[in-house]
Amino acid sequence: MSRKFTPKVVTANDLREGDVIYLTAAGEWTREHAQAELIEDEAIAELRLLKAMGQPDRVVGPYLADARPGPNGPEPTHFREAFRTRGPSNYAHGKQERAHV
Amino acid sequence: MYNYSDFDEAFLRERCAQFRAQVERRLDGSLTEEEFRPLRLMNGLYLQLHAYMLRVAIPYGTLSARQMRQLAHIAETWDKGYGHFTTRQNIQYNWPKLTDVPDILDALADVGLHAIQTSGNCIRNVTADHFAGAAADEIADPRPYAELIRQWSTDHPEFQFLPRKFKIAITGAEADRAVIRAHDIGLQIVARGEEIGFKVLVGGGLGRTPLIGQVIRDFLPESDLLPYLEAIVSTYNLMGRRDNKYKARIKITVFENGIDAFRDATEEQFARLRPAFSGVDQALLAGIKAQFAPPAFRNADPAPYEAALAVDPLLRAWARQSVTAHRVDSHAIVTVSLKAHGQTPGDASADQMRTLADLAEAYGYGELRISHEQNVILPHVARADLPALFEALRKADLATANIGLVSDIIACPGMDYCALATARSIPVAQGIATHFQTLGLEQEIGALKIKISGCINACGHHHVGHIGILGLDRAGVENYQITLGGDGTETASIGERAGPGFAYDEVIPAIERILRAYLDLRTTPEEPFLETYRRLGAQPFKTALYGEGARHAA
Ligand code: SF4
Repeated sequence: MSRKFTPKVVTANDLREGDVIYLTAAGEWTREHAQAELIEDEAIAELRLLKAMGQPDRVVGPYLADARPGPNGPEPTHFREAFRTRGPSNYAHGKQERAHV
Repeated sequence: MYNYSDFDEAFLRERCAQFRAQVERRLDGSLTEEEFRPLRLMNGLYLQLHAYMLRVAIPYGTLSARQMRQLAHIAETWDKGYGHFTTRQNIQYNWPKLTDVPDILDALADVGLHAIQTSGNCIRNVTADHFAGAAADEIADPRPYAELIRQWSTDHPEFQFLPRKFKIAITGAEADRAVIRAHDIGLQIVARGEEIGFKVLVGGGLGRTPLIGQVIRDFLPESDLLPYLEAIVSTYNLMGRRDNKYKARIKITVFENGIDAFRDATEEQFARLRPAFSGVDQALLAGIKAQFAPPAFRNADPAPYEAALAVDPLLRAWARQSVTAHRVDSHAIVTVSLKAHGQTPGDASADQMRTLADLAEAYGYGELRISHEQNVILPHVARADLPALFEALRKADLATANIGLVSDIIACPGMDYCALATARSIPVAQGIATHFQTLGLEQEIGALKIKISGCINACGHHHVGHIGILGLDRAGVENYQITLGGDGTETASIGERAGPGFAYDEVIPAIERILRAYLDLRTTPEEPFLETYRRLGAQPFKTALYGEGARHAA
């Protein structure tokens, strides 16, 4: 029996800036986790990942990260992914910097 | 101080130009990430959690005021206005854009700095005692040898693809301030009568399998240094394992074969290699030594300092932690803390870097050092100038009097930056520092080294912390393992795991329980934590951590 598939988002780092990015349902890249496509089907997740891997001039190191639905869009489930949506905890740098201006 | 030769300069410029072209080819899609990754790593460029990170070498921890100003300029122009000094005498910039990195490398080359050999399976940036050339207890300045090793190992054809990365540390004194026993090769300058040589240790290292280096040679004559190092590294190149990344470091080679077998093989290689070293290296060394000649120390009367000490308790408190004996009586070594309570250990803002450069010029013959403990050192300050220096540091918020105390914590970047991390380290360090400041216990606790790593790679040296903290991911939650009794000095030991780990918000109370137990258990206020631990063993501290019954639970 196969285990239940945990929903995923496709994430990577932007080639030029290094910033964390996510794949949207429209196939675009976004900097916001909540705008990512939450993929509930394993086969589709693999397809989306392949699509991301086919854009080496845009993204670095794409992978599938666990996520769950939330009121404003997908949310990360693991703390590492949660940090990636915000930035470091010692300075308000990274994504949180833009969010708080 | 060492100035790069024309050859070095041309070599650096060529590497910069090559990398600029490589970045362009990456951006236009002609290089894939798989092709580009090793090239960027060779130039110190990593991809971290939120951004790229550029790791710049500070060879043997030595910087000129001019170089420090350039580091500040880079921080402001291409980063977020600060840099992070690491436990390997590097500075890391946490936010460079890939498109800016070629310009940053050019700016570094302008002052003879670079990011070469800060990554990859090569011989890395050689680290040295941060008091080198200044310490009262030093036999000889280790930096000329570090520089000789750098020149020999840079782009050495045989050693670009070692089984794993290779780290060498060197000290010129018996007191080990460079953690040489936790390096692949540790070198200690020793004297036999008039003759200078090296005690050579091999096979130390932290990480997944922490091991203390073992003596492979008690006394290696000075002129045998390079052939002997080459013999060790080529023996390792032959015997080292390439089948398993976790068993590839030389410490495993030495451990699995035994130090005696490894020594025999090394000596055999040495006998073969020695004749090939015709003495060119010794001529080179003589030239390098001349470049490390100490400044002309001025002979200022230290009386005003003694007088100021007598009346100024703040100066006294700072001097007790920050001022160390210099080999010239009229001078002192000053350690500037980058650990203000609540700040990120090892971070310096561009303003602070510039202030330090100015002060080095005003009071320190233009010299600066970076310690593996993530602080900045002014190695030569006339004692007469200490009161003025202290005032200037105070104005710049750089006079925290906590060197060697509970808040002088080594912490790696951890999961706030590092892609390999399993948990955060920085906020744990910040929390411990402010907690004990609030309790007002810092002075009373006295000499203590807390070291924190955000994963098993142990960049934060947690195994050799008197108290070590290792952040792990336990079923998707940050969890921290505590080790006790580690020591990174000449009396090196690997800390012992205290027992089950603690959740993120349980760590500070756990450290407090350990330290309150220590305060109760020490024989006198002069007995430091490590001595109490060595006298009593782990049990009373385990009881403090886990309660009575801990013996059975752990
Ligand atoms: S110890 Fe781990 S988390 Fe810390 S800097 Fe090293 S690799 Fe990163």
